[in-house]
Amino acid sequence: MEIYAFISFAVLAIATALGMVLNKNTVNSALMLVLNMVSIAGLYLLLQAQFLALIQIVVYAGAIMVLFLFVIMLLNVDDDEHLFDRFRVKYLIVTLLAVVVFAQILYGIAGVTDLLPELSSDMTTVGTVEAVAEVLYTDYLFAFQITAILLTAAVVGALMIAQFKADPETGEQES
Amino acid sequence: MTEITSASYIVLGVSLFMLLNSAALTVYAERRIAAFIQYRVGPNRVGPLGLLQPIADVVKLILKEDVTPRNSYRTLHTIAPLIPVVTALMTVAVIPFGEGIFVTNINASVLYLLAIASLGVYGVTLAGWSSNSKYSLLGGLRAAAQMISYELPLGMAIASVILFVGSLSIVDVAAAQENWWFIFLNPIGAIIFIIAAFAESNRTPFDIVEAEQELVGGFHTEYSSMKFGMFFLAEYMHVVINSMLITTFFFGSYHLPFAGYWLPEMSPLLKGLLDVSVFVAKTGFFVFFFIWIRWTIPRFKFNQVMTLGWAKLLPMSIVNFMAIAAVLYFLF
Amino acid sequence: MIGIDWYLALSAILFVIGIVGVLIRRNAIVVFMCVELMLNAVNLALLSFSAYHGDIGGMILVFFSLAVAAAEAVVGLAIIIAIFRNHLSVDILKVNLLRW
Repeated sequence: MEIYAFISFAVLAIATALGMVLNKNTVNSALMLVLNMVSIAGLYLLLQAQFLALIQIVVYAGAIMVLFLFVIMLLNVDDDEHLFDRFRVKYLIVTLLAVVVFAQILYGIAGVTDLLPELSSDMTTVGTVEAVAEVLYTDYLFAFQITAILLTAAVVGALMIAQFKADPETGEQES
Repeated sequence: MTEITSASYIVLGVSLFMLLNSAALTVYAERRIAAFIQYRVGPNRVGPLGLLQPIADVVKLILKEDVTPRNSYRTLHTIAPLIPVVTALMTVAVIPFGEGIFVTNINASVLYLLAIASLGVYGVTLAGWSSNSKYSLLGGLRAAAQMISYELPLGMAIASVILFVGSLSIVDVAAAQENWWFIFLNPIGAIIFIIAAFAESNRTPFDIVEAEQELVGGFHTEYSSMKFGMFFLAEYMHVVINSMLITTFFFGSYHLPFAGYWLPEMSPLLKGLLDVSVFVAKTGFFVFFFIWIRWTIPRFKFNQVMTLGWAKLLPMSIVNFMAIAAVLYFLF
Repeated sequence: MIGIDWYLALSAILFVIGIVGVLIRRNAIVVFMCVELMLNAVNLALLSFSAYHGDIGGMILVFFSLAVAAAEAVVGLAIIIAIFRNHLSVDILKVNLLRW
C-alpha cells in the first residue's frame, strides 16, 4: 500500500517538475509547480510528518504560488517561444553539468543504501503539531524570532522595491 | 489519529449528499428571501411554493449550449470550475456534526481547513485568466488579492480560538464549547471571523470579484452552461461550509447554549439526533444571515476592501490574539 | 518497506531538474520557480533523514527553510516586477545593463 502511494507521488512529482521546466506557457509552469508541491506534501505525509505536509500546502501552494500566479497575470508575460532553438553549446554544457551533479548525488546516496531501511518508530509522535511546537518554542525560540524579523524585513523590502510612484507633475513613473 | 471505521464512511456519504442538496436549497432560499426583502413574490411556479425551482434551474443549465471562447486556454477553462467545488466538498471531512459524529479526527484538522481554503483561490483565479477576457482577468486578480488578504485575519481569529482549546483538532474545539460558546469568550475574534468568512466566499459586501457594474460578470463572464453552474454551486456550497465553520468555531458547534450546566444525560441515539439537529439549525441560521446581508448591504469598493483587510482587521485580530494569550497566561 | 535511499534519489532527481531549469530557461519567473523546486528537493531530503532517524531537528530546519523561502519569494517577485517596469520584459538575456 505504502509503496504504491510512494510510487504514484514520486512519479507525479517528477512528471510535474519536468512539465514545469519544459512548458512554454508560464502559467502552466506555475500550475505544474503547484501540483509538484502538493505531491511533495503527500510524500511528507508518507514520512509521517503531518504538520509539515499541511504547512507545505498552506505556505507553498496557498501563498507563494498564488503570489507567482498573481505576478504572472499582472505582468501578462509572453510565452517563451524559443525554448530549444538557440545556444546549442549551452544545452550541451547544461546536460553535462546535470549528469555530473546527479551522478555525484547518487554516488553519495549509494554509500548509505540499506543503512536506514525502516522509518523510525518514533515518527508517530515526532511528526505531530505538539512535538514540533514543543521544540520550536523552547530550543529554537531564538531562531524562530529571527525568522519573524526576517519576514517583516522581507515584506517591507518588497514594498519598497515594487512600489509604484507616479510623479505628480508629469505623470511619469519613477521607482 | 482515530481509526477509519464504516461509521466514518456513512457520515461522509450522508454529509456529502446533504452538502450538495443544501447548495440547491440555498439557491431557492436566496431567491425567496431576496424576494421577501424586496417586497416581491419570488419563484413560486414550479412545484408547491416553488420548491422544485432548483431542479428546474439545473435542468436549464445542463440543456444550455456550452460556449468556450476561441482564444481561451481550453484545458484550464474546463478544469477551473471543478476546483472550488472539490475544495468545498473536501472540507466536510473534518467537521464534527455531533458528539462522536465526524468523518475523521486528525490532530491538525484546523491546519487542514486552512490548507483547503487556501487552495480554493486557484479556481477563481484560473477561471479569470484562462477566459482570455479583460473583465475575467481583472475579476481573477481581484479574487486572488482579496482571498489571500482575508486568509490572514481568518487564520488569526481561528488561532485565538485555538488558545482556549489547546488543540488543533476541530473535534476538540467543538467539545470545548459545551459550557461556554466562544462567541462569549472571544467576541472580537468572532466578528473578525465572520467578516473574513464573507470575504472568503466572495459574498456581498465583498463580491467585487464579480461586480456587475464594473466587470460584467467578473471571473465567470465567459462561462456558460454547466461550467457556470459549477461556479454557482460552489458559491452556495461555500456559503453553507462557511456557515458550518462559523457555527463550529464560535457558536458552540452542536451544543445548546451552556448545555453542560443544564442538559440532562440522554441515550446516545437521542443525543445524536439532538446534536445534529442543533448543528443544522445553527448552520441554517447563518446561511440565512449570509443572504440577509447580501440583500441589505451595498458592495465595497476594491480599495476599501483592501484597507479593511490589511489596515483594520489584521491589526485588530493580532491585538485580540495577544490580549487573549496574555489573559490566559497571567490569569489562569 | 521503502528505504531512505528512494526518498533521497527522488530528491536528487528533483534537484537536478531544478538545476536544468535554472540553466536553460530565459523567463526570470520560471527560473525563480525552478529555484523553489530545488529548495523543495532539499527539504524532502532533510525531512526523510529526519523521519528515518526519528529526530525532530530536520523537521524544524524544514520549517525554517519554508519561512525563508516565503521571504525569498516575496523579495524576488518584487525585484522581477521592478525589472519588468524598466525593461517591459522578464527575459533574463535582455537584462544585461550591468553585465560587462
